[in-house]
Amino acid sequence: MSTVGIIMLVHTALDRAEQVIRHWVANDCPVVVHVDAKVARKKNDAFRAALSDLPTVLFSRRHRCEWGTWGIVAASQSAAELMLDKFPKVRHVYLASGSCLPLRPVKELRSYLDARPRTDFIESATIADVSWTVGGLDEERFTLRFPFAWKRHRILFDGYVRLQRRLKVRRKIPDGIVPHIGSQWWCLTRQTLSTILQDPGRANYDRYFRRVWIPDESYFQSLVRLYSANIESRSLTLSKFDFQGKPHIFYDDHLQLLRRSDCFVARKIWPHADRLYETFLNDAASAMKGAEPNPGKIDRIFSKAVERRTRGRPGLHMQSRLPHEGWENGFTAAPYSVFEGFSELFEDFEEWLARMVGGNVHGHLFAPERVEFEGRQATFAGALSDSPQLRDYNGRMFLTGLIWNTRGERQSFQFGPRDSQYITWDMAKDPNAQISVISGAWAVPLYQSNRNFAEIRAEAARLQKIESDHLALLRSKQAKAKVRIWTMADFIESPMENLQAIIDEITAKAPQRLIEAPRMVNLDGFPQFLQNLKNQGMHPYLMGDFPNGSEDRNKPQSRRKPYVVR
Amino acid sequence: MSVWQSYRLRLQRKRWRIRAFRKRRDLTLVKDRTAGLRDEDILLFSTVRNEEVRLPYFLDYYRKLGVNHFFFVDNDSTDGGREYLAQQPDVSLWTTPASYKRARFGVDWLNWLQMKYAHGHWVLVVDPDEFLIYPFCDTRPLRALTDWLDASSIRSFGAMLLDMYPRGKIDEVPYRRMQNPLEIASWFDSGNYSIYRNQRFGNLWIQGGPRARLFFRDDPARAPALNKIPLVKWDREYAYVSSTHMLLPRGLNLVYDEWGGEKASGVLLHTKFLDTFALKAQEELDRKQHYANSAEYKAYAASLASHPEMWCKWSEKYINWRQLEILGLMSKGNWA
Repeated sequence: MSTVGIIMLVHTALDRAEQVIRHWVANDCPVVVHVDAKVARKKNDAFRAALSDLPTVLFSRRHRCEWGTWGIVAASQSAAELMLDKFPKVRHVYLASGSCLPLRPVKELRSYLDARPRTDFIESATIADVSWTVGGLDEERFTLRFPFAWKRHRILFDGYVRLQRRLKVRRKIPDGIVPHIGSQWWCLTRQTLSTILQDPGRANYDRYFRRVWIPDESYFQSLVRLYSANIESRSLTLSKFDFQGKPHIFYDDHLQLLRRSDCFVARKIWPHADRLYETFLNDAASAMKGAEPNPGKIDRIFSKAVERRTRGRPGLHMQSRLPHEGWENGFTAAPYSVFEGFSELFEDFEEWLARMVGGNVHGHLFAPERVEFEGRQATFAGALSDSPQLRDYNGRMFLTGLIWNTRGERQSFQFGPRDSQYITWDMAKDPNAQISVISGAWAVPLYQSNRNFAEIRAEAARLQKIESDHLALLRSKQAKAKVRIWTMADFIESPMENLQAIIDEITAKAPQRLIEAPRMVNLDGFPQFLQNLKNQGMHPYLMGDFPNGSEDRNKPQSRRKPYVVR
Repeated sequence: MSVWQSYRLRLQRKRWRIRAFRKRRDLTLVKDRTAGLRDEDILLFSTVRNEEVRLPYFLDYYRKLGVNHFFFVDNDSTDGGREYLAQQPDVSLWTTPASYKRARFGVDWLNWLQMKYAHGHWVLVVDPDEFLIYPFCDTRPLRALTDWLDASSIRSFGAMLLDMYPRGKIDEVPYRRMQNPLEIASWFDSGNYSIYRNQRFGNLWIQGGPRARLFFRDDPARAPALNKIPLVKWDREYAYVSSTHMLLPRGLNLVYDEWGGEKASGVLLHTKFLDTFALKAQEELDRKQHYANSAEYKAYAASLASHPEMWCKWSEKYINWRQLEILGLMSKGNWA
């Protein structure tokens, strides 16, 4: 008979449990089975009858096992006592559940343990050092009382915890015990296990742990520290937990992953995962390399899943992720650039920018007449429509959607006070936004337009008001966008240097010297135009100070020489 | 939410249940095969009207996913659909000539049948042109999902409606019986959706897709809702409020995360836009039995007459659930 004995706790999927028990027995391992007291008598009887042909399968006294309560420890104790008593040859006792599945041939497990005859495999860490506790109860697990089941009596459970906190009740931890926690699935040597079970102080310990929360993850884990000479603090059972403390479940499509993990036993297996049971209960098929268990890849997959559930994909708004404001973990998915006043000041700004930085360069996406997608397409990535009504129906989703749909491609677009202002605050708060403003440049199209001056005056007043509100947002404390603001007068002092700074930031990895400037519009009469507005009683100030006069001192040279030679 | 508000929602839920109870008299039993139902069976509920040609593939698709029993309400079909369903070994069938509209678009009928038969079961409520896609649906049956939801103490599972359409005119390729409709309508809009919270019921209100893009571009508020919660661990106290868009009690509507994470969700591929659609649209216009005076169908009829193509160069072609996951239309959540 083998030196490895299996304790199996079962409560559902008894047919699968039977299959696995037969597998252990066929490989010479005695099994002690604990059937949850909740299992109906009829089912239990049938289960026992089905296994009656196996002399090395024994059934231990039944306890009621409810998650997070003492029952599971009591069940392990009874079963372990029976095991040590009836199977004297057993040296290592392996605690497993009915949904555990051996992944490697049992003889590999046996030789692994034979080579380590004095080692106890049990995950055991002090509470301060672990990150996996869930629900905010870590140290309090050991200093409060938990008589109510968390699953069934949530209100009582929470209420009693609050009450104890308010009354500042603290339990005394028995002398000598340092609370440790860890996975409930262990493999202990006869020596260690029998010392724990036969300790004269056991009644005292049991009384204490009976009211600890989730004692199955702390009873053996703490006591083993008193007696074991050689603790290997890890579980031989591959068992992963999600963010709520529930075990992850393995399905047929995990087959290759499990095969490559080199773990001895995995849980939890979905009872209908036929292929997994077929494959791994058939020794011939699953010969591994006799390596150390290596669950790294499985770890990564499951921790990714937990991250997806808790943090999600930045910038994604969808049917099962709609974060409250401030909880987006990234309002948008990628950096983007907003240019205000540039396409007004430079005639060919969009084309020029597209040549300089690549990506998609749009016109005024939020223009009142239509969405000006790159090339003025009627639809764009993700089948976004150019309808301004559709866009304005949910401007935030329009912007976040555009950035999400074009991940990997830099988005730049024009913006200004004529546009729908619905999303300005969201952009100002968004660290992904790079916003460059030439304030007052909206006056240039007015200056070039052929409208009645009274109309122009009114429109100028309106636009100036909108832009000045917008600038206040950009300058506010909460604004997190990368903002650059020039007055128009300042900007045209040295347009190339200013453009260079913006372009450098966009193409951070490969800074390049600008060799080509966009063509600035003719501003010859612009100062006079501003003066006319002033004369009409409207005070334009966002453009900065343009020296008055009809002589064109400020006329930029780059208009006639658009190419800077270097 | 105030006590007063939640009390009013409670009253509303009771009202829908009483209404469903009264509407039971609309229904005439054709075939009752519920005797053999087992506790763990997954049930599917649907209303049909003149969709015989779609039924064989529909039944086949959901049988393969692992649905154990089908409940149909036939709304006066004249195309032999009723007779076809009555012959199926896993179908229970009721029929009614009563008004679809006055049964709140079939919701009352199904609420009643679910109240009576679905207590304690996982229930899927879908139309014959809706196909459920969920994470890992190519390797794991529906029971794997419901077992996982049970283990995670989750009672409802959201799956947004994704309108599928063909390339070219929608009536160019005729649909044949037993054909996978996705072979024809294999394109969809991947990223033009609007989402708002419905403060009252706590559900999301999703609009967009090709129907908003083409038929409601000037009046997006009227575009049809795409949010759906088709899979629920049913309790006889529950009630669907408006189609499968929302339920009461309102906790069931919380199929999304509000703190940055992603809950697991699926997609209902909506294969309405086949050649059968033009006929259907005309018929529905004559019957005036649809939501908001059939505004939707009027808009379709008008738009499709002038521009019958829904496809555009940014349309995506459907591949599998992983594609939808990457596009951000659905999520694995913490299911791995």
